[in-house]
Amino acid sequence: MTHTQKRILINDIVMALSTLSAIIGIGFLLWILGVLVTNGLEALSTTIFTAEGAPPGNSEGGLKHALIGQLILVSYAALFGVPLGILAGTYLSEYGLKSKMAETIRDISDIMMSAPSIVIGAFVYAMIPIILRTTDDMLQLVPSTLREAAFALGAPKYKVIIQVVYRGAKAGILTGVLLGVARVAGETAPLLFTSFNDNFLNTNMNEPMASLTVTIYNYATSPYEDWQQLGWAAAFILSMFILTLNIIGRLFLLKRKGR
Amino acid sequence: MNNIVDKIFANSTKFIAFGVLLLVAWIFAVLFEHSLESIKAFGFSFIADDKWAPNLEKFGALPAIYGSVVSTFLAMILAVPVAIGIAIFLSEIAHAKLKTPVGISIELLAAIPSVIYGMWGLFYFVPIIRDTFGGVGISMLTAGIVLSIMILPFMAAVTRDAMNTTPDILKESAYALGGTKWDVIKDIIIPYAKAGIIGSFILALGRAIGETMAVTFVMGNVHKISTDLRDPATSIPVTLANEFAEADSELYYSSLFELSLLLLIISFTIISIAKFYFLRRKRVGA
Repeated sequence: MTHTQKRILINDIVMALSTLSAIIGIGFLLWILGVLVTNGLEALSTTIFTAEGAPPGNSEGGLKHALIGQLILVSYAALFGVPLGILAGTYLSEYGLKSKMAETIRDISDIMMSAPSIVIGAFVYAMIPIILRTTDDMLQLVPSTLREAAFALGAPKYKVIIQVVYRGAKAGILTGVLLGVARVAGETAPLLFTSFNDNFLNTNMNEPMASLTVTIYNYATSPYEDWQQLGWAAAFILSMFILTLNIIGRLFLLKRKGR
Repeated sequence: MNNIVDKIFANSTKFIAFGVLLLVAWIFAVLFEHSLESIKAFGFSFIADDKWAPNLEKFGALPAIYGSVVSTFLAMILAVPVAIGIAIFLSEIAHAKLKTPVGISIELLAAIPSVIYGMWGLFYFVPIIRDTFGGVGISMLTAGIVLSIMILPFMAAVTRDAMNTTPDILKESAYALGGTKWDVIKDIIIPYAKAGIIGSFILALGRAIGETMAVTFVMGNVHKISTDLRDPATSIPVTLANEFAEADSELYYSSLFELSLLLLIISFTIISIAKFYFLRRKRVGA
């Protein structure tokens, strides 16, 4: 075998192995998605949206309590997380720039994005670093000539930021917010021992509140088949919600890039 | 008037940004404060003792640390080659028409919450492990595999991004010299993107070690060090998820906090190494 033939053979082997591992990896992921969709659709029914948790063995059970609980928890987190994240990101991009403190905050936020959520515990904290960093990046992409033009017209800095910079980076900031909300919506670990779980509808923030994620965990690990079915329905609804947020977020980014 | 508003706006953004830093320091401080009792009671033996017996008020973290290390190690061994394969496939082999949809689906899969991966593992993967390898199916091995699948999309996506940073002109030059695809990958792309690729693996490692929900379903929370991968085991996050709500004594509670502190320090260190040593800061969306 000549040297060239050998190189071509090795190339073919490696390419085949890469394709194979890609097929295996993607196959597993498709398997999970397939399981999620088939089980989820099968378990989906109208009672899921209208009924609250029921004891096992009772086909009347639904997820209304968890859906509403989840919605309240996520909105609450967003209520704090979104403004805090955007304002902190504004500081980094518009005031802090490359200062030591700004750089430290960027580094710490980057680390916190990957830090174990079960330790961080607090729900809101999962979303702040994402929104903060996206805002920071997106504001920096706004051309400085726009800011200079506004300053030249005599606008004070806060007006330049709110009326010019924010507008220019609208789509990007929105993407950050959507990704942050999607991230928080999928968090389970911190809720295991901060909100606990309740099998019934409750809208009082000071009482234990049901969430989709903890409901998935509790129902899936229960020995009752009808609870497990509800668990799949909850998993399906949650995943679709998160995927939709991610896709919308991406579309915004594409639109921004397209301009 | 404008001056005052300007100052208020500037200072409030500064205050909030600084608050983010304080929050992190506060988390460390709270964890440390709550772990004090356990630190005083056990000292260094906390991480060297393999006995975790809440009823005897004896807490040794070694089984949990061992479980975290072994399951993460297993996950990395399994995920790294597949992630490289997917990255090579996406950046060099796949047709442009396939590249975008497959790439985007992999990124989207990275966004699926880990509780879903855990649920799939429990219902579909545990029986397979039980039938092929014996045992109950709830085991270290299952945890390692489920963990590897969970970190796979993230790892493949960042590895591909790192590979894609190689300038086309370098690749084209190598092709012009008669290099095969594999020659280009091993002599041009991998050397060029080495730091980025290693960084993304370490980042994935940092995430895997703190991952809770994917493994809580399939690990079993058994505080026993066993060299047989088919035995149930525990890891730091699995212990925390299972036992925090039922800690009934001060010392138990404090020991769990010390575990949290350990986990936070470990993952903070791993992620920092990845970020500062291997990865230059990436711009989101840019």
